[in-house]
Amino acid sequence: MNLAVNNQSLMLALGLVVIALAIGWKEKLGIDRDMIIGVVRAVIQLFVVGYLLKYVFRLNNIWLTAILILIIIFNAGYNAKQRSNGIPNALPISIGAILISTGVTLGVLMLAGAIKFIPSQMIPISGMIASNSMVAIGLCYRNLNAQFRQERQAVLEKLALGADLKDASREILRDSIKTGMQPTIDSAKTVGIVSLPGMMSGLIFAGVDPVRAIKYQIMVTFMLMSATSIGSVLACYWAYRGFYNDRKQLTV
Amino acid sequence: MSLIELQHVGYQVDDTPILQEINLTIDAQEWVTLSGPSGGGKSTLVRLIASLLSPTSGTLLFDGQSVENYDPIAYRRRVSYSFQQPTLFGQTVRDNLSFPYQIRQLPFDEERAVRGLAYVGLSASDLDKGVNDLSGGQRQRVALLRNVMIYPEVLILDEVTAGLDAENKAFVWSLVEHFNQDDNLTIIAITHDQAEIDAAKRLVTIENGRIVGGA
Repeated sequence: MNLAVNNQSLMLALGLVVIALAIGWKEKLGIDRDMIIGVVRAVIQLFVVGYLLKYVFRLNNIWLTAILILIIIFNAGYNAKQRSNGIPNALPISIGAILISTGVTLGVLMLAGAIKFIPSQMIPISGMIASNSMVAIGLCYRNLNAQFRQERQAVLEKLALGADLKDASREILRDSIKTGMQPTIDSAKTVGIVSLPGMMSGLIFAGVDPVRAIKYQIMVTFMLMSATSIGSVLACYWAYRGFYNDRKQLTV
Repeated sequence: MSLIELQHVGYQVDDTPILQEINLTIDAQEWVTLSGPSGGGKSTLVRLIASLLSPTSGTLLFDGQSVENYDPIAYRRRVSYSFQQPTLFGQTVRDNLSFPYQIRQLPFDEERAVRGLAYVGLSASDLDKGVNDLSGGQRQRVALLRNVMIYPEVLILDEVTAGLDAENKAFVWSLVEHFNQDDNLTIIAITHDQAEIDAAKRLVTIENGRIVGGA
């Protein structure tokens, strides 16, 4: 390992934040307060998580690992729910969708022998999967809300023709699932050409042979595809019924 | 026994009453024309009858039973509602005419669609025409045809001729006449057109959420 980040170099790198602050101040963006809070929070949260992970990795306890994964999933679900803008039952839907998408993806990776149930692998990978699933579900919610309002008359006309809720919502569901998955698909298309993503960069940084590093990145690409598709499909299919009442009438 | 019966039906949003004390009976195969000023509650009334909304007070009966007792999907297949300025689905005319079959998981009856198209002045080749290539009158005809590809018992028409020229209007009404006379469909039609109001078989006027004439 030849990593050279120490406390002193971090302090110097803080100069980068000053540049951002200066731009914000000069352009009167009114975001200096937010930026300072953001930086302070990031530093504190990362330090706390760094020490916590160090402790957890050393302890190497199955139950503690599982609990941490569940906390990650709950937090991701809670954050996704914040994007739901009033969709009924968004919290259980989000947690359920993230739990299943993360569980299935982790399960396949473990069965394939790509990762082991040890905290230093499970926790970071769970975090990556859950956060991507969270973003995908948030996009799904936003799209569902927008589309049900925009396509209100088309949905009403389908209902008036005697379509069931699934047939009346099919186009919106399809569009929302696609919207949830799109960022993952886009980044899969440009991986290696535009960006050298975190996992791979981190490994290369730590001195791992790039050819080995890309194998991990390929695994990450596969797992994010699976996580965002499962998360989007489940969240959309569970959430769309919330736009109708029990008389199968559109409520938006 | 009447087919549709509204007893003291009211509908309100929050505390704002949209419809109040509506009492109306409609017999099978009847043709009822609804008229009255805009914002008077006509569209809300037909949406209640089409079960796209539920009354907040009173009872709405269909065939002697409360509409609330019917499965809403099955009910809407019997009481079909055609919108003002309809949205056409998908890409082509075929997507629209096959929709009623698709939702019932039935094979598309292309022969019937072609006959229907001929009946509304379109041809078999129009089946694969893009919906964006249709004129306003053609769109309205396709939408109407979509409502009757599989016959309902009641056809509700919400200002379906608004914005059409005289020729298209006459065409649509002759079509509706055919549904009513030859195929025994019950017709409930909203209109603002004076000629259509004058020609009404039974006229019901709605103003400020109440029936003021013809009930």
